[in-house]
Amino acid sequence: MSSAFASSRTSGSEIVKELAFFAVIALLMSVMILGVETVDRPTGLELAVRWDLVLIAIGSTVIGRLALIVRREGISRLAQAILITLAAVCVFEMFVRFREMDDRWAPPVVLDMAFGSVSSMIVTLCFLAIVFAIAYFSMKEKSAAEVDESTKLSSKIQVAYRSNTKKIGLIGIIFFIIFPFLFGENRSAIDLATLVMIYIMLGWGLNIVVGLAGLLDLGYVAFYAVGAYSYALLSQNFDLSFWLCLPLAGIFAASFGIVLGFPVLRLRGDYLAIVTLGFGEIIRVVLINWYDLTGGPDGISSIERPSFFGLAEFSRRVPEGSIGFGDLMGIEYSSMHRLIFLYYLILALALVTNFVTMRLRKLPIGRAWEALREDEIACRSLGINPTNTKLSAFAIGAMFGGFAGAFFATRQGFISPESFTFLESAVILAIVVMGGMGSQIGVVLAAVVMIGFPEMFRELAEYRMLIFGAGMVAIMLWRPRGLLSFRDPTILLNMSKKEKVAGEAK
Amino acid sequence: MDWAYFLQQLINGLTLGAIYGLIAIGYTMVYGIIGMINFAHGEIYMIGAFHSLITFLICQAAGISGILPLTLLLMLFVSMILTSIYGWGVERVAYRPLRGSFRLAALISAIGMSIFLQNFVQISQGARVKPMQPLIEGGITLMRSPNFDVQLSYMQIIIILLTFVLMVVFSTLIAKTSLGRAQRACEQDRTMAGLLGVNVDRTISTTFVMGAALASVAGMMVTLYYGVIDFYIGFLAGVKAFTAAVLGGIGSLPGAMLGGLLIGLIEAFWSGYLTIEYKDVATFGILVLVLIFRPWGLLGKPEVEKV
Repeated sequence: MSSAFASSRTSGSEIVKELAFFAVIALLMSVMILGVETVDRPTGLELAVRWDLVLIAIGSTVIGRLALIVRREGISRLAQAILITLAAVCVFEMFVRFREMDDRWAPPVVLDMAFGSVSSMIVTLCFLAIVFAIAYFSMKEKSAAEVDESTKLSSKIQVAYRSNTKKIGLIGIIFFIIFPFLFGENRSAIDLATLVMIYIMLGWGLNIVVGLAGLLDLGYVAFYAVGAYSYALLSQNFDLSFWLCLPLAGIFAASFGIVLGFPVLRLRGDYLAIVTLGFGEIIRVVLINWYDLTGGPDGISSIERPSFFGLAEFSRRVPEGSIGFGDLMGIEYSSMHRLIFLYYLILALALVTNFVTMRLRKLPIGRAWEALREDEIACRSLGINPTNTKLSAFAIGAMFGGFAGAFFATRQGFISPESFTFLESAVILAIVVMGGMGSQIGVVLAAVVMIGFPEMFRELAEYRMLIFGAGMVAIMLWRPRGLLSFRDPTILLNMSKKEKVAGEAK
Repeated sequence: MDWAYFLQQLINGLTLGAIYGLIAIGYTMVYGIIGMINFAHGEIYMIGAFHSLITFLICQAAGISGILPLTLLLMLFVSMILTSIYGWGVERVAYRPLRGSFRLAALISAIGMSIFLQNFVQISQGARVKPMQPLIEGGITLMRSPNFDVQLSYMQIIIILLTFVLMVVFSTLIAKTSLGRAQRACEQDRTMAGLLGVNVDRTISTTFVMGAALASVAGMMVTLYYGVIDFYIGFLAGVKAFTAAVLGGIGSLPGAMLGGLLIGLIEAFWSGYLTIEYKDVATFGILVLVLIFRPWGLLGKPEVEKV
């Protein structure tokens, strides 16, 4: 294998050998998991053979490998693009065929789907065109001139991005503020935007811990859960309003952060990761089993919705002694008011998170975080107390998680331990890392990509998480440091921002 | 104190611990050699369980399930071979391109791979729990007490024996063969090992293959022991096995086994004497305590921080 990679031209027999090797691998990987389905019958498990899936899996692997060989040898970009597109179609056909099919001899389902109607034909053509274009322009071995060209381009983009960060941020904020006016009547659009916003806020909160302080936290969802449950319990047991509970939820989450962080923050990277993961699981197990307090797996339902800053209610039937939002504003009642209000609420919370982070970065504590991330030993020798510094990052990150949790509880009106699984932690961490650690705008971008797109493709239901996982791998392979990966200290000595940008672009 | 009850919990704990230990070896070897948490390893174990279940069903359909030893051997070897190819493939696709890159990138890639594999099996095999009839029944009654008989089932004997044999084989493999020597060399210094003629890529691939093979054995044992599997069993087992690896001292093979046994025992005794609901809390609680007082694990070596 290694010799094949080293030589510039591979002989025909070597290519055949390589293809055969991958065909065998594909056969062995798919022969049972894909090729045989276990079917539940009253008499026990039975087998259903799906040989067509195995054939397609082998076919797409061989075609894909051939495309890689063509690319490696630099034979023809057109052939490379055609082969990759063909492989993509095969994979697609395979996943379509997962669905119940009685006839294993059935002709390709993709053809039916693609040419069934005009609209599906357009969608298919667009899909093919995108895959084709990506395949055509993806080059592994670049000539020196092309490398030069592309680095020049990317450094130009970098300079443009860095010197305009503020403007980009401002445009983003304005877009999110006017968003409800653009899609005011579209319920699902507002819901989706609110969901994305929750993840942006969580991402920004975790960014303090992971991006700035460099502490790998795999259990961030624990603080989110603490915030959500503290609001739900306080509001149900003590009848406190959302506006009183919001800061309390933050305080509770932060204290949990301190209690957890105090013993474990001395640990290094991966150990910290696994302990935080364990802590996240502990919280979830406790939530499931402490039936008297949390309602166990049933969760807590009919959680109180927030009022308009205690001035007015959003419900149609306004309780005695208070007034409706519509009456207060002198407009007709609409169920959208609450949704839009919730959207603005989470937007405000997220912006507060962002603002606080940006300011903290410039304070001594923020600089200590970044210094600690780069070199702990140097920090210690300079008199920074690592434990306290890490603890503060942990607590502040946890606090924002708690705020987001309280918001989540009040928005859903129902919470259960199922919302706080490890998968959530992984998604939030993925948003931070994919955004480019420490980059605030990157988090927004990653949240839109990771949460927004999959939600739009709800029809794909069961394939959604599959594509999500594959996408995570693909983005990491494509840009290991994240989508916007320009991590540098917030403040440098004796250097204006412009000089710094110009200096690094060279 | 009821000794019979104690003994029974001990047996159950050791059985469970052997299974965790086998999975933990995969974590510890990979961590030792490339310093990353192979998050998809729990999923590999789950795929191993599915492979052995399907092999059994094929044997049943072919009518040879009556010959028990043959069926068991087929399950063992088919599952080991097919699952280790998954281990190889995961490394090739998701980790190798990221080697030497940013550390968190590999972790995120691993988490993505784990989500992918889990959903892949869910789609292709269905989300329902897969039941399987017990193949090996019966056992030895070790002790009779007034209210309780201590049972050591044949299945438990097989699990503990097989684990022991595999441990001996793999320890010898690492200690005596040239492959093991290459692995240990890569663990110490990959660049230097490469310069001295060790094929680093191949060694790392082999590590993944070995880890996956052991995990698939664990998967087969769980299929036979509990008789139910589903696509989601990989996550919790994976996390616990990683905990075991850390507990024993990550990078150390006997440590992983010891950690696995301890985790199994803690779980069994906790659910036997205290509450069954909070057994996971106990596991993680112990992990936190160990990490605070002995961060390098029970059998690991303390890491010297260099400037």
